[in-house]
Amino acid sequence: MLSQTYTVIHPSGFHARPSKLFVQAASEFPCSVKLIKGTKKVNGKSSLGLLTLGLAKGDEVTLEVDGEREEEALNALGAMLTKIYEE
Amino acid sequence: MANIITGVAASPGVAIAKVFRFNHSSYIPQQETITDAEAEAGRFRQAIEKSKGEIEEIRVKTEERLGAQKAEIFEAHLFLLEDPDLVDSVLDKIADEKLNAEYALHEVTTAVVGMLLELDNEMVRERAADVKDVSGRVMSHLIGKPYASLSGISEETIILAEDLTPSDTAQLDLNYIRGFVTEIGSRTSHSAIMARSLEIPAIVGAGPSAAAVADGALVIMDATEGKVIVDPSEEVLAEYQAKKKQYDERRVQLKRLAEQPSVTADGQHLELAANIGSIEDLDKVLENGADGVGLFRTEFLYMGRNSFPTEEEQFQIYKHVLEKLDGKRVVIRTLDIGGDKELPYLELPKESNPFLGLRALRLCLKREDLFRTQLRALLRASVHGKLNIMFPMIAVLSELREAKRILEEERAKLEQEGVQVSGSIEVGMMIEIPAAAIGADIFAKEVDFFSIGTNDLIQYTMAADRMNESVAYLYQPYHPSILRLVNMVIKAAERAGIWAGMCGEMAGDQTAIPLLLGMGLDEFSMSAGSILPARELVGQLSKPEWAALAEEALAMSTQEEVQQFVKQRRPQ
Repeated sequence: MLSQTYTVIHPSGFHARPSKLFVQAASEFPCSVKLIKGTKKVNGKSSLGLLTLGLAKGDEVTLEVDGEREEEALNALGAMLTKIYEE
Repeated sequence: MANIITGVAASPGVAIAKVFRFNHSSYIPQQETITDAEAEAGRFRQAIEKSKGEIEEIRVKTEERLGAQKAEIFEAHLFLLEDPDLVDSVLDKIADEKLNAEYALHEVTTAVVGMLLELDNEMVRERAADVKDVSGRVMSHLIGKPYASLSGISEETIILAEDLTPSDTAQLDLNYIRGFVTEIGSRTSHSAIMARSLEIPAIVGAGPSAAAVADGALVIMDATEGKVIVDPSEEVLAEYQAKKKQYDERRVQLKRLAEQPSVTADGQHLELAANIGSIEDLDKVLENGADGVGLFRTEFLYMGRNSFPTEEEQFQIYKHVLEKLDGKRVVIRTLDIGGDKELPYLELPKESNPFLGLRALRLCLKREDLFRTQLRALLRASVHGKLNIMFPMIAVLSELREAKRILEEERAKLEQEGVQVSGSIEVGMMIEIPAAAIGADIFAKEVDFFSIGTNDLIQYTMAADRMNESVAYLYQPYHPSILRLVNMVIKAAERAGIWAGMCGEMAGDQTAIPLLLGMGLDEFSMSAGSILPARELVGQLSKPEWAALAEEALAMSTQEEVQQFVKQRRPQ
């Protein structure tokens, strides 16, 4: 299992488009993808899961990947958490 | 008796029509125990597929009508119908608890919506509406009743609803629908955003009193003020018919200007740019047809947090702004902290005179680490657009030279690392300290542009704290002393062959613009909302004529005389 913490910088927070792209990318990986904010832990392959996390700009979020191709997933998905998206 | 309801003006305009009340039925299914879980799951899957088909249809229509960006919400809806937290949860309930599909869907939706509404984040709470919209549609297929839709309306109406879902707003027929009023929601609700792009008046968050308005009642909605007048008198009606006409005409006029260049009556091109404080401001900048960004205050990047933004984070933001402006000039000002803007985590010692203390570039030169991080981010972003870098609060040449030296060092380092940096970055300075204004000719030889920051320039010239009410009378932008300083700066720039801009409040001021134009200012940077009126004004002004008039104004003795003079000479 690998994990790392990131800060969200997308101005309107991490939902809508960013969340969709993230979930799509996460779903490509065989390993499990979890996101943790505070005491909440959700399925990173579910946009509803991501939504309930309510990630806003400046929030810290921990990405936890476990299983096949976890290292690759951490790199790819981690970069998506700290990015500004065209909206 | 006319009755007035107030709400949030979410999309401006005036509309007069009869009310059409619209609400989705809140169907609550009965809980039942089923025997054939397999068949029930199949029924649910079928409802999902039918819903997907309908949403896809709406998506295609919306894309045709409003473009791909506005249609994206429906991709998100389709996506929801594949979400494991929604679909798999319902299927689990059907399989494990032997629940009927309707009830399982109801339970899951209620739980998800509840969780979203609980969050202290407006944007996320708004998404609860998406979940309800999608799930309501699936439910309608399960129970075999059509999902309520606004697509069938065929007379002029104002829609009144508790709230409108994305699929509702996408189906508004603008031939008939004049505007809408919702009981809940805010300016950032999906329906509000949609109304702005459809350019129809909308008032949201009108509260429960809106629910009392009868179907078919005649209403006036003044969405410039967030007011709904129910059953107006003849007199009020006439008043608003006139207001509507005036508003619509003015809107067409200004809209036309948004796509036009900024040209004076005698054919001289100017740059009317926007001031921004964060990337959230960009939409307004583009909507108002700004010729560029004349001031991007980067302080916001540093404020409201507990640690410094990283180089990567800043790079992403600068890149985003440059790309959005698509080749138009973007002037980014390096960190201007200190004075009235504090950063707790910077742990600066208290100063007795912060406005005259260690602020802006002075601070950056003391805290080079901070400065270098920002410069690197800027240099890296420079290849994504037309970047201008501007240093604030320069009083003496050594500060400028030092800042430029550090900038060049970082450029060299990046290039050595193999990172691409634009070769055409313009480097300029703010003119906000009287010493810099008076010595503008000295600085002009070593920069590519000036931008006059009038708020500080006035405060420092008048020796009057702009936060202090008791000396507020000294804040006199049209005072001949201020005008002369501004004129000196513009003339020094002209002689050195560089451009001069202004990014203080004065640049968007209808009284100041004619004078500044006459003095020869090249770029005016203002809040986005002032751009179109400014463009309209400069289109009526002749530069040579105002050059002569500005000379006269410079010779006057008081601010009042100048104001009076401009008012008389300016086209009305």
